[in-house]
Amino acid sequence: MRSVLPVLTVLLAISVIWYGAAVKLNSAWTYDQAGRAGTEVSFGEVVKDAMVQDRPVLPAPHQVAAGLWDGFAGQAITSKKSLAYHGWVTLSATMVGFLIGTLAGILLAVGIVHNKAMDLSVMPWAIASQTIPILAIAPMVIVVLASVGVTGLLPKAVISAYLSFFPVVVGMVKGLRSPDQMMLDQLRTYSASQGQTFWKLRLPASVPYLFTSLKVSVAASLVGAIVGELPAGASAGLGARLLSGSYYGQTIQIWSALFAAALLAAGLVMIVGWIERRTLVRMGMRT
Amino acid sequence: MSWLVFALAFWAAAWGFNIWASHQGFARQRGWRLLIPGLFGVTLLVLWEGIVRGLEVPGVILPAPSAIWARIIDSLPVLWADFAQTILKGALSGYLIGCGSAFVTAILIDRSPFLQRGLLPVGNFVAALPIVGIAPILVMWFGFDWQSKAAVVVVMVFFPVLVNTVAGLAASERMQRDLMATWGASYWQGLFKLRLPAAMPFVFNGLKIATTLALIGAIVAEFFGSPIVGMGFRISTAVGQLSLDMVWAEIAVAALAGSAFYGLVAVIEKAVTFWHPSQRGRT
Repeated sequence: MRSVLPVLTVLLAISVIWYGAAVKLNSAWTYDQAGRAGTEVSFGEVVKDAMVQDRPVLPAPHQVAAGLWDGFAGQAITSKKSLAYHGWVTLSATMVGFLIGTLAGILLAVGIVHNKAMDLSVMPWAIASQTIPILAIAPMVIVVLASVGVTGLLPKAVISAYLSFFPVVVGMVKGLRSPDQMMLDQLRTYSASQGQTFWKLRLPASVPYLFTSLKVSVAASLVGAIVGELPAGASAGLGARLLSGSYYGQTIQIWSALFAAALLAAGLVMIVGWIERRTLVRMGMRT
Repeated sequence: MSWLVFALAFWAAAWGFNIWASHQGFARQRGWRLLIPGLFGVTLLVLWEGIVRGLEVPGVILPAPSAIWARIIDSLPVLWADFAQTILKGALSGYLIGCGSAFVTAILIDRSPFLQRGLLPVGNFVAALPIVGIAPILVMWFGFDWQSKAAVVVVMVFFPVLVNTVAGLAASERMQRDLMATWGASYWQGLFKLRLPAAMPFVFNGLKIATTLALIGAIVAEFFGSPIVGMGFRISTAVGQLSLDMVWAEIAVAALAGSAFYGLVAVIEKAVTFWHPSQRGRT
């Protein structure tokens, strides 16, 4: 709780800088207009104008807030202008991709831990693939899947799944290996089978590692869904909103889509964090 | 059809060899540790080639590795121009500016616990956000050329490096700092002789995360507008022309550049943090 005041101070400083930058960046347009009309404008008028322009270079925070409010509350939920609608399109692709990626990641990790050949041949590639800018292939995945007739939610989910897959693999392999030799030996003295060792020792021990990777991968899969909406003229979703805003110079639309995406990301990470806390408390790993 | 059979047979044989080799004692040696994943990679390529040829998959859906390789050889000048535009100009300059300014910021706020408590939660929050989304805004501000890509990269790498550096500066132990104090070391002496060296493993962790982010930022920013050169531009136009072998060639270049960039940072890390336990074990 003692960090509330510092955080608020930093946020206040950011919004002051933001307002200052908005006045500075948007004043060029005002001066230009005044110069053409042959009138002089005072500084106060410039500031006033910078706050209310239709297509500002940098929208002031309250304009973004108004755009967000209008996007969520001012439109019918089915309208093409509603941020809730676009957010839902992105969120559903994110969730499908996140589920597929997580399940596949856990399965591969189980295989790697139990099969030495898989460990030695697949694991180096799983680690190396983290260094590759995977996001760059997103448009290609979309187009290729569209050319074989798969459109809509699934191609985006594939990208999301791919991005959330590797953090889960790496984290789960670490987690499934986390029980130390003493515990494994004890289970052997109980003459536990490999399956029993897995269900009663390895899997519970891996849960904290799983949640740490899930927090990374849920954010990654949202990024994947948004980038998946950029190419190929997608018409719905926060990414499409960003792209159409950038085509038509609607800066307020870009910023409110961006903040909607940020809120969504923060919400998803917080939900995973909440489930993590509840689960770990129930398992007796944290009080 | 014979291609398919050959590929499957090759896969079975290589997999059998890997199972055999990984259960031998010598599998722990360095050469084998490279050979086994290497063979697995080759197997994937052979399987890919065999499936594409055997099932006659059209090139607009999935080109064969040999076709991609031919395309790489054919268009080396184009690929090099794209590489220079996106990686050397956009990603690298943005990476240097972003990491440098994050490092300096971390040292500036180091003396103020108040600022640290305020900035760290904000930094952690921002690091989880889809920052790629600011790409259209920055392209609008800085124009279509590499400067806007560098700006996107700066914003993307800033927070991971900042958060890691601040964590690293707190990593030296109380006892060590007390020792510096008993020697009458000034703040700056303590910083340069103890706390910065102790922070290096954390800093390099941030720098390594930032390498991938830098390439992603530079490539994705080009989807929002670019001059007629650059990897992101080439990918999006080649997709439009359905020349997928060109797309895959760019992906191969991006993958190589990403691994090389990461490897370079890892080599520097090894030289700088040679004293750290995680580096001493390996030879």
